[in-house]
Amino acid sequence: MTELISEELPITRQNPFDPPAEVTAIREQARISRLKFSDGHLGWLVTGHHQVREVLGSPKFSNDPRRHHLLDKRFQGEVPEDGRKSEPGMFLSQDPPDHTRLRKMLQGQFTVRRMNQLSEWIGKIVDDQLAHMRSLGGKADLVKEFAMPVPSLVICALLGVDYDERHRFQEDTAKMLSLEVSFKEAMAAFARIQEFMRELIARKKADPGDDMISDLIATGEPTDEEASNMALLLLLAGHETTANMLGIGTFTLLQHPDQLKILKDEPEVVDNAVEELMRYLSIIHFGPVRTAVEDVEIDGHLIKAGDTVLTHVPAANRDPDKFGDNPEELDLRRPASGHVAFGHGIHQCLGQQLARIEMRIGFSKLFAEFPDLRLDVDPEEVPLRTDMGIYGVHSLPVAW
Amino acid sequence: MKISVDQSKCCGSGMCVLTDPDLFDQNEEDGTVVLLQEHPDAEHEATAKEAAGLCPAAAITVS
Ligand code: SF4
Repeated sequence: MTELISEELPITRQNPFDPPAEVTAIREQARISRLKFSDGHLGWLVTGHHQVREVLGSPKFSNDPRRHHLLDKRFQGEVPEDGRKSEPGMFLSQDPPDHTRLRKMLQGQFTVRRMNQLSEWIGKIVDDQLAHMRSLGGKADLVKEFAMPVPSLVICALLGVDYDERHRFQEDTAKMLSLEVSFKEAMAAFARIQEFMRELIARKKADPGDDMISDLIATGEPTDEEASNMALLLLLAGHETTANMLGIGTFTLLQHPDQLKILKDEPEVVDNAVEELMRYLSIIHFGPVRTAVEDVEIDGHLIKAGDTVLTHVPAANRDPDKFGDNPEELDLRRPASGHVAFGHGIHQCLGQQLARIEMRIGFSKLFAEFPDLRLDVDPEEVPLRTDMGIYGVHSLPVAW
Repeated sequence: MKISVDQSKCCGSGMCVLTDPDLFDQNEEDGTVVLLQEHPDAEHEATAKEAAGLCPAAAITVS
Protein backbone atom coordinates (compact mmCIF):
# COMPACT_ATOMS: atom_id res chain seq x y z
CA MET A 1 0.00 0.00 0.00
CA THR A 2 1.42 3.39 -0.92
CA GLU A 3 1.40 5.74 1.94
CA LEU A 4 0.28 9.29 1.59
CA ILE A 5 2.99 11.63 2.81
CA SER A 6 2.41 15.28 3.70
CA GLU A 7 5.47 17.51 3.79
CA GLU A 8 3.64 19.91 6.08
CA LEU A 9 0.35 20.06 7.90
CA PRO A 10 -2.16 22.15 5.93
CA ILE A 11 -3.54 24.79 8.27
CA THR A 12 -5.25 27.34 6.04
CA ARG A 13 -9.03 27.25 6.35
CA GLN A 14 -11.00 28.08 3.22
CA ASN A 15 -14.27 28.43 5.12
CA PRO A 16 -14.45 29.84 8.60
CA PHE A 17 -16.22 26.83 10.12
CA ASP A 18 -14.52 24.00 8.24
CA PRO A 19 -11.18 22.30 8.70
CA PRO A 20 -8.66 22.94 5.88
CA ALA A 21 -9.92 21.35 2.65
CA GLU A 22 -6.56 19.62 2.14
CA VAL A 23 -6.92 17.85 5.47
CA THR A 24 -10.41 16.69 4.54
CA ALA A 25 -9.03 15.44 1.22
CA ILE A 26 -6.28 13.55 3.04
CA ARG A 27 -8.85 11.96 5.34
CA GLU A 28 -10.89 10.77 2.39
CA GLN A 29 -7.80 9.05 0.98
CA ALA A 30 -6.28 7.76 4.22
CA ARG A 31 -7.52 7.87 7.78
CA ILE A 32 -3.90 7.37 8.80
CA SER A 33 -1.10 8.86 6.70
CA ARG A 34 2.49 10.04 7.11
CA LEU A 35 3.39 13.58 8.09
CA LYS A 36 6.78 15.31 8.23
CA PHE A 37 7.47 17.11 11.47
CA SER A 38 9.60 20.26 11.53
CA ASP A 39 12.78 18.35 12.43
CA GLY A 40 12.33 16.00 9.48
CA HIS A 41 10.84 13.20 11.56
CA LEU A 42 8.45 11.13 9.51
CA GLY A 43 5.56 10.73 11.88
CA TRP A 44 1.85 10.19 11.38
CA LEU A 45 -1.31 12.17 10.74
CA VAL A 46 -4.50 10.57 12.01
CA THR A 47 -7.71 12.02 10.60
CA GLY A 48 -10.31 9.26 11.04
CA HIS A 49 -12.68 9.41 14.00
CA HIS A 50 -12.27 5.81 15.02
CA GLN A 51 -8.49 5.97 14.60
CA VAL A 52 -8.15 9.20 16.58
CA ARG A 53 -10.07 7.59 19.44
CA GLU A 54 -7.82 4.57 19.30
CA VAL A 55 -4.65 6.63 19.52
CA LEU A 56 -5.94 8.90 22.29
CA GLY A 57 -7.36 5.97 24.22
CA SER A 58 -4.27 3.79 24.07
CA PRO A 59 -1.82 3.57 26.97
CA LYS A 60 0.91 2.88 24.39
CA PHE A 61 1.06 6.58 23.56
CA SER A 62 2.72 9.17 25.73
CA ASN A 63 1.82 12.81 26.14
CA ASP A 64 5.19 13.80 27.57
CA PRO A 65 6.44 16.75 25.48
CA ARG A 66 10.02 15.53 25.78
CA ARG A 67 9.10 12.55 23.65
CA HIS A 68 7.31 14.50 20.95
CA HIS A 69 8.93 15.59 17.73
CA LEU A 70 8.09 19.20 17.12
CA LEU A 71 5.50 20.15 14.58
CA ASP A 72 5.87 23.87 15.01
CA LYS A 73 8.73 25.40 13.02
CA ARG A 74 8.88 28.34 15.41
CA PHE A 75 10.22 26.10 18.11
CA GLN A 76 12.76 24.21 16.01
CA GLY A 77 16.23 24.70 17.47
CA GLU A 78 14.82 27.12 20.04
CA VAL A 79 13.74 24.75 22.72
CA PRO A 80 16.40 23.40 25.04
CA GLU A 81 16.01 19.75 26.01
CA ASP A 82 15.11 20.51 29.62
CA GLY A 83 12.91 23.40 28.49
CA ARG A 84 10.46 20.84 27.21
CA LYS A 85 9.95 18.95 30.38
CA SER A 86 6.54 19.31 31.82
CA GLU A 87 6.36 21.50 34.90
CA PRO A 88 5.32 19.83 38.17
CA GLY A 89 1.54 19.81 38.34
CA MET A 90 1.01 20.24 34.59
CA PHE A 91 -0.88 17.01 34.37
CA LEU A 92 -2.14 17.71 30.87
CA SER A 93 1.32 16.92 29.56
CA GLN A 94 2.17 14.05 31.88
CA ASP A 95 1.68 10.33 31.74
CA PRO A 96 0.43 8.02 34.48
CA PRO A 97 1.12 7.60 37.32
CA ASP A 98 1.79 11.33 37.85
CA HIS A 99 -1.10 12.33 35.63
CA THR A 100 -3.48 10.04 37.50
CA ARG A 101 -2.37 11.22 40.91
CA LEU A 102 -2.75 14.91 40.09
CA ARG A 103 -5.95 14.64 38.09
CA LYS A 104 -7.60 12.72 40.90
CA MET A 105 -7.04 15.65 43.22
CA LEU A 106 -9.33 17.75 41.00
CA GLN A 107 -11.82 15.29 39.55
CA GLY A 108 -14.13 15.46 42.55
CA GLN A 109 -14.59 19.19 41.96
CA PHE A 110 -15.84 18.73 38.38
CA THR A 111 -18.40 15.96 38.69
CA VAL A 112 -21.68 16.16 36.81
CA ARG A 113 -23.54 16.65 40.09
CA ARG A 114 -21.36 19.50 41.29
CA MET A 115 -21.56 21.24 37.96
CA ASN A 116 -25.34 20.88 37.88
CA GLN A 117 -25.49 22.51 41.28
CA LEU A 118 -23.84 25.55 39.74
CA SER A 119 -26.55 26.04 37.10
CA GLU A 120 -28.45 28.71 38.92
CA TRP A 121 -25.35 30.64 39.82
CA ILE A 122 -24.06 30.45 36.23
CA GLY A 123 -27.50 31.52 35.02
CA LYS A 124 -27.23 34.64 37.17
CA ILE A 125 -23.78 35.47 35.76
CA VAL A 126 -25.16 35.06 32.22
CA ASP A 127 -28.22 37.24 33.00
CA ASP A 128 -26.06 39.99 34.43
CA GLN A 129 -23.78 39.93 31.45
CA LEU A 130 -26.71 40.09 29.03
CA ALA A 131 -28.21 43.00 30.97
CA HIS A 132 -24.86 44.72 30.69
CA MET A 133 -24.82 44.08 26.94
CA ARG A 134 -28.30 45.55 26.57
CA SER A 135 -27.26 48.64 28.51
CA LEU A 136 -24.77 49.41 25.74
CA GLY A 137 -27.54 50.40 23.32
CA GLY A 138 -28.22 48.52 20.11
CA LYS A 139 -24.86 47.02 19.25
CA ALA A 140 -21.80 45.48 20.85
CA ASP A 141 -18.84 43.18 20.36
CA LEU A 142 -20.25 39.89 21.58
CA VAL A 143 -16.82 38.48 22.40
CA LYS A 144 -15.84 41.38 24.60
CA GLU A 145 -19.19 41.83 26.32
CA PHE A 146 -20.43 38.27 26.61
CA ALA A 147 -18.43 35.31 25.29
CA MET A 148 -15.23 36.15 27.14
CA PRO A 149 -16.57 37.57 30.43
CA VAL A 150 -18.97 34.71 31.20
CA PRO A 151 -16.44 31.85 31.39
CA SER A 152 -13.84 34.20 32.90
CA LEU A 153 -16.15 35.23 35.70
CA VAL A 154 -17.10 31.62 36.30
CA ILE A 155 -13.60 30.16 36.41
CA CYS A 156 -12.19 33.06 38.41
CA ALA A 157 -14.91 32.67 41.04
CA LEU A 158 -14.53 28.89 41.18
CA LEU A 159 -10.77 29.07 41.54
CA GLY A 160 -10.82 32.04 43.88
CA VAL A 161 -8.96 34.37 41.50
CA ASP A 162 -9.93 38.01 41.79
CA TYR A 163 -11.66 38.89 38.49
CA ASP A 164 -10.33 42.43 38.75
CA GLU A 165 -6.84 41.04 38.48
CA ARG A 166 -7.52 39.46 35.10
CA HIS A 167 -5.32 41.96 33.29
CA ARG A 168 -2.42 40.17 34.98
CA PHE A 169 -3.00 36.98 33.04
CA GLN A 170 -5.43 37.55 30.16
CA GLU A 171 -2.95 39.15 27.80
CA ASP A 172 -0.29 36.59 28.64
CA THR A 173 -2.75 33.75 28.15
CA ALA A 174 -3.42 35.05 24.64
CA LYS A 175 0.32 35.27 23.99
CA MET A 176 0.91 31.69 25.05
CA LEU A 177 -1.76 30.45 22.70
CA SER A 178 -0.71 32.58 19.76
CA LEU A 179 0.79 30.73 16.82
CA GLU A 180 2.74 33.83 15.87
CA VAL A 181 4.84 34.79 18.88
CA SER A 182 8.37 33.43 19.26
CA PHE A 183 9.27 30.70 21.68
CA LYS A 184 10.99 33.24 23.93
CA GLU A 185 7.93 35.49 24.09
CA ALA A 186 5.67 32.56 24.84
CA MET A 187 7.95 31.39 27.64
CA ALA A 188 8.17 34.89 29.11
CA ALA A 189 4.37 35.11 29.15
CA PHE A 190 4.19 31.72 30.82
CA ALA A 191 6.71 32.78 33.47
CA ARG A 192 4.63 35.86 34.29
CA ILE A 193 1.46 33.83 34.78
CA GLN A 194 3.40 31.37 36.89
CA GLU A 195 4.56 34.20 39.09
CA PHE A 196 0.99 35.43 39.48
CA MET A 197 -0.10 31.93 40.43
CA ARG A 198 2.70 31.47 42.91
CA GLU A 199 1.67 34.66 44.67
CA LEU A 200 -1.92 33.51 44.65
CA ILE A 201 -1.07 30.15 46.23
CA ALA A 202 0.90 31.91 48.96
CA ARG A 203 -2.03 34.23 49.64
CA LYS A 204 -4.51 31.34 49.78
CA LYS A 205 -2.29 29.40 52.12
CA ALA A 206 -2.23 32.30 54.50
CA ASP A 207 -5.89 33.14 54.07
CA PRO A 208 -7.97 30.30 52.63
CA GLY A 209 -11.31 31.03 50.99
CA ASP A 210 -14.26 29.02 49.82
CA ASP A 211 -12.80 28.07 46.46
CA MET A 212 -11.13 25.28 44.51
CA ILE A 213 -7.57 26.43 45.02
CA SER A 214 -8.04 26.68 48.79
CA ASP A 215 -9.67 23.23 48.79
CA LEU A 216 -6.81 21.82 46.78
CA ILE A 217 -4.21 23.23 49.15
CA ALA A 218 -6.21 22.04 52.15
CA THR A 219 -5.87 18.42 51.03
CA GLY A 220 -2.16 18.76 51.77
CA GLU A 221 -1.49 16.62 48.72
CA PRO A 222 0.11 18.83 46.09
CA THR A 223 3.34 20.71 46.67
CA ASP A 224 3.08 24.49 46.32
CA GLU A 225 4.64 24.28 42.91
CA GLU A 226 2.22 21.58 41.81
CA ALA A 227 -0.75 23.50 43.19
CA SER A 228 0.21 26.67 41.38
CA ASN A 229 0.69 24.93 38.04
CA MET A 230 -2.52 22.96 38.43
CA ALA A 231 -4.39 26.17 39.13
CA LEU A 232 -2.71 27.80 36.15
CA LEU A 233 -3.84 25.00 33.90
CA LEU A 234 -7.44 25.32 35.10
CA LEU A 235 -7.38 29.07 34.67
CA LEU A 236 -6.00 28.82 31.14
CA ALA A 237 -8.31 26.04 30.10
CA GLY A 238 -11.36 27.62 31.70
CA HIS A 239 -10.71 30.89 29.99
CA GLU A 240 -10.09 30.47 26.31
CA THR A 241 -11.99 27.39 25.33
CA THR A 242 -15.58 28.06 26.34
CA ALA A 243 -15.19 31.72 25.42
CA ASN A 244 -14.31 30.74 21.88
CA MET A 245 -17.12 28.24 21.63
CA LEU A 246 -19.60 30.92 22.70
CA GLY A 247 -18.10 33.41 20.23
CA ILE A 248 -17.77 31.29 17.10
CA GLY A 249 -20.81 29.23 18.08
CA THR A 250 -22.95 32.38 17.96
CA PHE A 251 -21.38 33.37 14.63
CA THR A 252 -22.19 29.90 13.27
CA LEU A 253 -25.79 30.01 14.45
CA LEU A 254 -26.30 33.47 12.95
CA GLN A 255 -24.99 32.09 9.65
CA HIS A 256 -27.37 29.11 9.84
CA PRO A 257 -30.78 30.76 10.41
CA ASP A 258 -32.70 27.51 9.88
CA GLN A 259 -30.74 25.87 12.69
CA LEU A 260 -31.01 28.91 14.91
CA LYS A 261 -34.76 28.78 14.43
CA ILE A 262 -34.78 25.21 15.74
CA LEU A 263 -32.90 26.32 18.82
CA LYS A 264 -35.32 29.20 19.41
CA ASP A 265 -38.48 27.17 18.78
CA GLU A 266 -37.47 24.04 20.64
CA PRO A 267 -35.41 25.08 23.66
CA GLU A 268 -35.00 21.45 24.73
CA VAL A 269 -32.77 20.92 21.72
CA VAL A 270 -30.03 22.90 23.42
CA ASP A 271 -28.22 19.95 25.02
CA ASN A 272 -27.70 18.29 21.70
CA ALA A 273 -27.10 21.63 20.00
CA VAL A 274 -24.09 22.14 22.23
CA GLU A 275 -22.70 18.72 21.28
CA GLU A 276 -23.30 19.41 17.60
CA LEU A 277 -21.67 22.83 17.76
CA MET A 278 -18.68 21.26 19.49
CA ARG A 279 -18.46 18.60 16.83
CA TYR A 280 -18.95 20.97 13.95
CA LEU A 281 -16.54 23.63 15.17
CA SER A 282 -13.91 21.59 17.04
CA ILE A 283 -12.20 24.71 18.26
CA ILE A 284 -8.75 23.24 18.52
CA HIS A 285 -6.98 24.02 15.25
CA PHE A 286 -5.22 20.66 15.05
CA GLY A 287 -3.85 18.08 17.46
CA PRO A 288 -3.46 16.72 20.07
CA VAL A 289 -0.05 15.10 19.60
CA ARG A 290 1.12 11.79 21.06
CA THR A 291 4.27 9.66 20.77
CA ALA A 292 4.28 5.87 20.73
CA VAL A 293 6.26 4.34 23.59
CA GLU A 294 6.12 0.89 22.05
CA ASP A 295 5.18 -0.51 18.66
CA VAL A 296 1.45 -0.33 18.16
CA GLU A 297 -0.76 -1.31 15.29
CA ILE A 298 -3.63 1.01 14.51
CA ASP A 299 -5.96 0.15 11.69
CA GLY A 300 -3.34 -1.99 9.95
CA HIS A 301 -0.55 0.55 10.27
CA LEU A 302 2.47 -0.25 12.36
CA ILE A 303 3.32 2.81 14.40
CA LYS A 304 6.78 2.27 15.81
CA ALA A 305 8.03 3.18 19.26
CA GLY A 306 9.28 6.76 19.07
CA ASP A 307 6.98 7.79 16.23
CA THR A 308 5.08 11.01 16.88
CA VAL A 309 1.44 11.11 15.85
CA LEU A 310 -0.70 14.16 15.20
CA THR A 311 -4.36 13.40 15.71
CA HIS A 312 -6.61 15.86 13.92
CA VAL A 313 -9.73 16.52 15.94
CA PRO A 314 -11.49 18.83 13.44
CA ALA A 315 -11.06 16.24 10.66
CA ALA A 316 -12.15 13.36 12.91
CA ASN A 317 -15.29 15.22 13.91
CA ARG A 318 -16.32 15.46 10.25
CA ASP A 319 -15.63 11.79 9.48
CA PRO A 320 -18.57 10.28 7.56
CA ASP A 321 -17.69 6.85 8.99
CA LYS A 322 -18.95 8.15 12.30
CA PHE A 323 -21.33 10.97 11.49
CA GLY A 324 -23.13 9.69 8.39
CA ASP A 325 -23.72 11.18 5.00
CA ASN A 326 -23.69 14.84 5.80
CA PRO A 327 -20.98 15.49 8.37
CA GLU A 328 -20.18 18.83 6.72
CA GLU A 329 -23.59 20.17 7.67
CA LEU A 330 -24.57 21.72 10.95
CA ASP A 331 -27.59 19.77 12.14
CA LEU A 332 -28.65 20.47 15.71
CA ARG A 333 -30.81 17.37 15.76
CA ARG A 334 -28.20 14.85 14.67
CA PRO A 335 -26.88 12.47 17.33
CA ALA A 336 -23.60 14.27 17.87
CA SER A 337 -22.37 12.58 21.01
CA GLY A 338 -19.16 10.67 20.59
CA HIS A 339 -17.40 13.65 19.01
CA VAL A 340 -13.81 14.11 20.11
CA ALA A 341 -13.89 17.87 20.63
CA PHE A 342 -13.11 17.35 24.33
CA GLY A 343 -10.44 14.82 23.39
CA HIS A 344 -10.56 11.18 24.33
CA GLY A 345 -8.70 8.89 26.70
CA ILE A 346 -7.31 9.77 30.08
CA HIS A 347 -6.66 13.39 29.12
CA GLN A 348 -10.22 14.05 28.03
CA CYS A 349 -11.15 17.54 29.18
CA LEU A 350 -11.47 17.73 32.95
CA GLY A 351 -13.77 20.75 32.80
CA GLN A 352 -16.09 19.43 30.11
CA GLN A 353 -19.19 19.30 32.30
CA LEU A 354 -18.65 22.89 33.34
CA ALA A 355 -18.14 23.90 29.72
CA ARG A 356 -21.36 22.13 28.71
CA ILE A 357 -23.41 23.94 31.31
CA GLU A 358 -21.92 27.31 30.44
CA MET A 359 -22.71 26.74 26.78
CA ARG A 360 -26.23 25.44 27.35
CA ILE A 361 -27.14 28.35 29.56
CA GLY A 362 -25.15 30.81 27.50
CA PHE A 363 -26.72 30.03 24.11
CA SER A 364 -30.24 29.58 25.51
CA LYS A 365 -30.30 32.84 27.38
CA LEU A 366 -28.52 34.80 24.68
CA PHE A 367 -31.13 34.00 22.04
CA ALA A 368 -34.05 34.23 24.46
CA GLU A 369 -32.95 37.69 25.55
CA PHE A 370 -31.92 38.86 22.07
CA PRO A 371 -34.17 37.02 19.61
CA ASP A 372 -33.30 39.55 16.91
CA LEU A 373 -29.56 39.28 17.34
CA ARG A 374 -27.77 39.75 14.02
CA LEU A 375 -24.29 40.34 12.67
CA ASP A 376 -23.38 44.00 12.43
CA VAL A 377 -20.73 43.48 9.74
CA ASP A 378 -20.41 41.34 6.63
CA PRO A 379 -19.55 37.78 7.60
CA GLU A 380 -16.23 38.06 5.73
CA GLU A 381 -15.23 40.88 8.03
CA VAL A 382 -15.41 38.86 11.22
CA PRO A 383 -11.79 38.44 12.36
CA LEU A 384 -11.04 34.74 12.74
CA ARG A 385 -8.51 33.32 15.14
CA THR A 386 -6.42 31.64 12.45
CA ASP A 387 -3.36 32.80 14.36
CA MET A 388 -4.26 31.03 17.60
CA GLY A 389 -4.05 27.44 18.79
CA ILE A 390 -7.63 27.67 19.96
CA TYR A 391 -9.78 28.70 17.04
CA GLY A 392 -12.66 31.13 17.22
CA VAL A 393 -13.36 34.78 16.48
CA HIS A 394 -11.34 37.69 17.82
CA SER A 395 -14.47 39.79 17.91
CA LEU A 396 -18.07 39.48 16.80
CA PRO A 397 -19.85 42.77 16.13
CA VAL A 398 -23.57 42.21 16.66
CA ALA A 399 -26.70 44.36 16.73
CA TRP A 400 -30.24 43.83 18.03
CA MET B 1 -27.14 -7.70 31.18
CA LYS B 2 -24.30 -7.02 33.57
CA ILE B 3 -22.32 -3.80 33.89
CA SER B 4 -18.87 -3.67 35.42
CA VAL B 5 -16.71 -0.64 36.05
CA ASP B 6 -13.00 -0.35 36.69
CA GLN B 7 -12.42 2.55 39.06
CA SER B 8 -8.68 2.38 38.57
CA LYS B 9 -9.05 3.24 34.88
CA CYS B 10 -11.72 5.92 35.33
CA CYS B 11 -10.59 9.49 34.64
CA GLY B 12 -13.71 11.09 36.09
CA SER B 13 -15.00 12.59 32.85
CA GLY B 14 -18.61 12.07 33.90
CA MET B 15 -19.74 10.94 30.45
CA CYS B 16 -21.43 7.90 31.99
CA VAL B 17 -23.42 9.99 34.47
CA LEU B 18 -24.42 12.34 31.70
CA THR B 19 -25.55 9.42 29.57
CA ASP B 20 -27.54 7.56 32.21
CA PRO B 21 -27.72 8.95 35.74
CA ASP B 22 -29.83 5.95 36.81
CA LEU B 23 -26.90 3.65 36.26
CA PHE B 24 -23.88 5.73 37.16
CA ASP B 25 -22.75 8.30 39.65
CA GLN B 26 -19.39 9.83 40.56
CA ASN B 27 -17.92 9.78 43.99
CA GLU B 28 -17.56 13.13 45.71
CA GLU B 29 -13.99 12.51 46.71
CA ASP B 30 -12.13 11.98 43.46
CA GLY B 31 -14.87 11.96 40.85
CA THR B 32 -14.45 8.32 39.91
CA VAL B 33 -17.39 6.28 38.71
CA VAL B 34 -19.86 4.65 41.08
CA LEU B 35 -22.01 1.91 39.62
CA LEU B 36 -25.61 2.24 40.82
CA GLN B 37 -27.09 -0.84 39.16
CA GLU B 38 -25.10 -3.87 38.22
CA HIS B 39 -28.01 -5.66 36.56
CA PRO B 40 -30.29 -2.97 35.17
CA ASP B 41 -33.59 -3.57 33.36
CA ALA B 42 -33.61 -4.10 29.64
CA GLU B 43 -34.82 -0.53 29.14
CA HIS B 44 -31.37 0.67 30.14
CA GLU B 45 -29.55 -1.56 27.73
CA ALA B 46 -29.05 1.04 25.04
CA THR B 47 -27.79 3.75 27.39
CA ALA B 48 -25.53 1.33 29.23
CA LYS B 49 -23.91 0.38 25.95
CA GLU B 50 -23.70 3.99 24.90
CA ALA B 51 -21.98 4.89 28.16
CA ALA B 52 -19.47 2.08 27.68
CA GLY B 53 -18.76 3.34 24.16
CA LEU B 54 -18.41 6.96 25.23
CA CYS B 55 -16.22 6.34 28.26
CA PRO B 56 -12.88 7.88 27.31
CA ALA B 57 -10.95 5.55 29.60
CA ALA B 58 -12.63 2.29 28.59
CA ALA B 59 -13.57 1.78 32.23
CA ILE B 60 -17.06 0.38 31.60
CA THR B 61 -17.94 -3.05 30.24
CA VAL B 62 -21.39 -4.35 29.46
CA SER B 63 -21.90 -8.06 29.07
S1 SF4 C 1 -17.29 7.85 31.53
FE1 SF4 C 1 -15.64 6.46 32.12
S2 SF4 C 1 -13.97 7.82 32.75
FE2 SF4 C 1 -15.83 9.04 32.72
S3 SF4 C 1 -16.60 8.97 34.84
FE3 SF4 C 1 -17.63 7.36 33.70
S4 SF4 C 1 -16.35 5.55 34.01
FE4 SF4 C 1 -15.13 7.30 34.60
